[in-house]
Amino acid sequence: MRVTITVNGTVESHDVEPRTLLVHYLREAVGLTGTNVGCDTTSCGACTVLMGGESVKSCTVLAAQADGADVTTIEGLARPDGRLHPVQQAFREHHGLQCGFCTPGMVMAITSLLRENPAPTERDVRLGLEGNLCRCTGYHNIVAAALAASADPESRS
Amino acid sequence: MIPAPFDYVRVKSADEALAKLAEHGDAAKLLAGGHSLLPLMKLRLATPDVLIDVGRLSELSYVRDEGDEVAVGALTRHHDVATSPVAAAGVPVLAHVAGQIGDPQVRHRGTIGGSLAHGDPASDLPAVVVALGGTLVVQGPRGRREVAATDFHRGFFEVALAPDEMLVEVRVPRTVGPWGFHKLTKRAQDWAIVGAVAVTTADGLGVGLINMGPVPVRARAVEVAVAAGASAADAAASAAEGTEPSADNNGSVAYRQHVARVLVRRALEDAGV
Amino acid sequence: MSILGNRVVRREDPKFLSVGGTYVADLDLPGALHLVFVRSSMAHARLASIDTSAAEAAPGVVAVFTHHDLGLAPMETVVGMTPEAMTQPILAAGTVRYVGEPIAALVAETREAAVDAAELVVVDYEPLAAVVDPRVARRDETILFPDAGTNTALTLDMGRDEAMFDGCEVRVQQVIVNQRVAPCPLEVRSAAAFVTPEGRVEFRSSTQAPHGVRDTLARALALEPDDVHVISPDVGGGFGAKATVYTEDIVVGWCARHLGRPVRWTETRSESMLGLGHGRGQVQTATIGGSRDGTITAFDLAVLQDCGAYPGMGTVLPFMTRTMVSGVYTIPKAECSFESVVTNTTPTTAYRGAGRPEAAAAIERMVDIFAAEIGMDPAEVRRRNLIASDAFPYTTPVGTVYDVGEYRRTLDIALDVAGYDELRTEQRRRRDAGDPRQLGVGLSCYVEITNGIPEGEYGSVEVRPDGTVVVRTGTSPHGQGHVTAWSMLVAEQLGVPIEDIEVIHGDTDVVPRGVGTFGSRSLQAGGNAVNQAAIDVVEKAKDIAADLFEAAREDIVLDKSRGVFHVVGTPALARGWAELATAAVAAGGNPLLAEVDLASPGPTFPFGTHLAVVEVDTETGHVTLVRHVAVDDAGRIVNPLLAEGQVHGGVAQGVAQALLEEVVYDGDGNPLTANLADYSFISAAELPSFETLFTETPTPVNPLGAKGIGESGTIGATPAVHNAVVDALAHLGVRHVDMPATPERVWNAIRDAAERKGA
Repeated sequence: MRVTITVNGTVESHDVEPRTLLVHYLREAVGLTGTNVGCDTTSCGACTVLMGGESVKSCTVLAAQADGADVTTIEGLARPDGRLHPVQQAFREHHGLQCGFCTPGMVMAITSLLRENPAPTERDVRLGLEGNLCRCTGYHNIVAAALAASADPESRS
Repeated sequence: MIPAPFDYVRVKSADEALAKLAEHGDAAKLLAGGHSLLPLMKLRLATPDVLIDVGRLSELSYVRDEGDEVAVGALTRHHDVATSPVAAAGVPVLAHVAGQIGDPQVRHRGTIGGSLAHGDPASDLPAVVVALGGTLVVQGPRGRREVAATDFHRGFFEVALAPDEMLVEVRVPRTVGPWGFHKLTKRAQDWAIVGAVAVTTADGLGVGLINMGPVPVRARAVEVAVAAGASAADAAASAAEGTEPSADNNGSVAYRQHVARVLVRRALEDAGV
Repeated sequence: MSILGNRVVRREDPKFLSVGGTYVADLDLPGALHLVFVRSSMAHARLASIDTSAAEAAPGVVAVFTHHDLGLAPMETVVGMTPEAMTQPILAAGTVRYVGEPIAALVAETREAAVDAAELVVVDYEPLAAVVDPRVARRDETILFPDAGTNTALTLDMGRDEAMFDGCEVRVQQVIVNQRVAPCPLEVRSAAAFVTPEGRVEFRSSTQAPHGVRDTLARALALEPDDVHVISPDVGGGFGAKATVYTEDIVVGWCARHLGRPVRWTETRSESMLGLGHGRGQVQTATIGGSRDGTITAFDLAVLQDCGAYPGMGTVLPFMTRTMVSGVYTIPKAECSFESVVTNTTPTTAYRGAGRPEAAAAIERMVDIFAAEIGMDPAEVRRRNLIASDAFPYTTPVGTVYDVGEYRRTLDIALDVAGYDELRTEQRRRRDAGDPRQLGVGLSCYVEITNGIPEGEYGSVEVRPDGTVVVRTGTSPHGQGHVTAWSMLVAEQLGVPIEDIEVIHGDTDVVPRGVGTFGSRSLQAGGNAVNQAAIDVVEKAKDIAADLFEAAREDIVLDKSRGVFHVVGTPALARGWAELATAAVAAGGNPLLAEVDLASPGPTFPFGTHLAVVEVDTETGHVTLVRHVAVDDAGRIVNPLLAEGQVHGGVAQGVAQALLEEVVYDGDGNPLTANLADYSFISAAELPSFETLFTETPTPVNPLGAKGIGESGTIGATPAVHNAVVDALAHLGVRHVDMPATPERVWNAIRDAAERKGA
């Protein structure tokens, strides 16, 4: 079947099997490998992208379900002039990443979280990240980065 | 982690969905948010031949104030229930619990109808709807029918839906005053080891239990005890009566029954008992 | 001003944050075939038959291989210490010994075709009795390897000194289960291979040790090391479990050679939970003795190590446990013996700490049990037994020589920062009030060993004619930030900005030799090698400068603030690195390069004190970690941002082992925690922010004064949190709860203690 998805502002149209997961569509059909697969039970959140501006786990969405949707991946988050999004910038300043594998999903989850709750408490951030697993950072600096980013009004965009 | 092959049909109306269900019978599954079904399909624990995608039926996505009741369309996402002012005003416990299901990403996709139709006794919403004395509206080739929530859950992952029927609406009565909801999990994102909810509606107190048997449980003995004037602690002592929880890596039967008594007491206290 | 010791943000990050890393699964390999493994669904069985015919006929399938098709020798023994009769065959040979063991390799044109066809392989099993518990395995009632005649893979029997506890006023014994856990790097195992027209095997691997992969793969495929080129691109975590080669890696290489096409393999998480090695897995019988004044005089530890089905790295880790058996204390008599046995479970391997968390867990738990027995505050018992700071180098009863330590200082800081007395007051208040939420305070004073199997490391520094610098390192970072840290070391010596320094790792052609990144070895081995190479390249540059300036060599100085050389007294006449590098090439054709093969400077012994505060819901048994204070001493800190990051990650894994995570099998060897829904991988919601502090006691062992920091978190945190849980329940009569302190287990301990009291 043919699906047409706007990915990072670009209209993409590809023939896929109905069983194609959105994450595989993004990685293989579109060729954007920033979004990672970390599990097979919708647990780890490494594959988190924005669909219609909201965080979803792209391993648990069929490409067919995303037909016609607007999807943003880590590759599409920076500003058109190349400036990092405030969440990306905060991750760097606060050492919010080590091996980097969970990072794209974390960044997208936090971006969605800040759109829904622009002034989260630490507890809000921690609960908001319950579906994103990281093995390197102990989450300490990820939470710090999220809280720091929330202070930047641009982080909601 | 790739589902077995299937055919995919996207429908534009509930009627079309029903027509497709009639056409494909047992071989078909409705796909709403997909957050119960797709994980099973990826592990190949479910291998439907046809998926009927009802995810875009906006006609079934709403939270409506209907006087004594709040009506929630079956395809309303958990996120939308959790953030609904109508739910917050009329049935705050429902909004609260919807906001605790899974994780934010799951709540952005998963729907109330999908959760109820899946029939998992470990999930939170079925027990809440049972405690509220809610009604489920089912549509099929023979028209619409209403099923009491307590009658909807028939067994472990088994609900009162014929293969050619779909759940279209969940109706719950408005709550009165304070309510209580407690669940014990190892991790925030886990299914409840045990959960308890206590609510008051025009019909009186309703107490529900999560994961205490093959279906969501209404703790009638507790309700009767409270009505007879028992304290929260005394009433909660009968919370596990008649329950048949399963034993697993997270808890034995005896442990679950103990926790049920503790959480029911706490829920009753929160509910003003 | 020195750049060392500054919180320099990572140079690695922009790529990860803007487009994501490039992991093996991200590599573009045109025409690559997809390999999937058919794995055993039984813990112990004879393979009556494997029918691959339907799978071979399925669309897109290129080939299906079983053991006999490969004709490969089994995996090697671990440093020659484990029995030949227990080595793992490449694909199961007649018998499967754990759920998840690879039985067949299926190669297809697409991943979908491979996954679909794998379901068509029919395996006929003849079930055998499964042995899951090492306590049962050691009885040799059911033998996994008939040719070995026993389940015991390795023993170290030091001969128990029965007089050890003579004269002890107090003697307490406790069996402690240090449970099996899953390392769970976020990136699962992944490899790819293709053969060049010249016949060379190009191998891509998610590994911590690319040179080790090259050498092991070459031996397995009967090739010379030069016939294999390994690149580890970005690696999504390892934690010790990716430090060794797996049978699957060898099959990937073999298939690429056999089929003459590129082959790629990435396991699923559910496979990884069964295939990637597990960590820990010890049953410890610990005995502590001393006097009522708080002096500990004897400690004995008998370790039963679970190897899993095939003896691997996990088998030998009790040596590390033994090395650290007496911890930070001046215990006159201490000993540790062990026995490593095979079971029908996933093989065990190194996992963050690898043998030392088990040692710290045993001694720290037993110190608390001893304190409870004599009714003394656990902080006071520790204070009375710590090795004094003037006692170093200190030789322990098992012969370990600690380099340097200020143990008392980290304890004092931790107690002070945490507000220990106030915590105890609050604890008393809650106890007196019968609060259902009880407070527990747990301490752990640890010492560990880094670069414990002392090996050297390769490092080189080359200045290019344009003045930029290229550093090559034999370490293989997968999140540790070596690009940033090694740049800082070189910038410090050369006086060039870190932006002008390129750090290359993980490519066995570009970096000629290397050991890798594990065992907290990188800074003290690889960092010191790079540092020495930087010093050497400065010396070489001075030779060239002396020629250019026609001055005496000893009069040449490097002005690091400008990155230029001049003759002493005439700073205006200066030559930069570019000029010197250009001159070097012009003079002899050789680049301005210094290579160092650093001999191991020997191990170092990081130490510290962790203090955990937990709340226990005594009605449900649910534990919440409220605070965690970590005071760590890793010697000189090159970049506190990176060092803190290492502590944070390790602490979280330590908390996870104490409270949540456990690999569980049923009695038939079926795994009950074989995916991330069932395995309790800790999340942000279960953790507080941590309070991390450092003291810096430089080691005299290496020029940088640096010790390892990668594993202190798991070593220090696990017993602190574990002790805190028991501490919260001490007044209820609870003396011990095994890890993980899950709600049911904690509640059972409370109930059992109440029943004992009532009885």
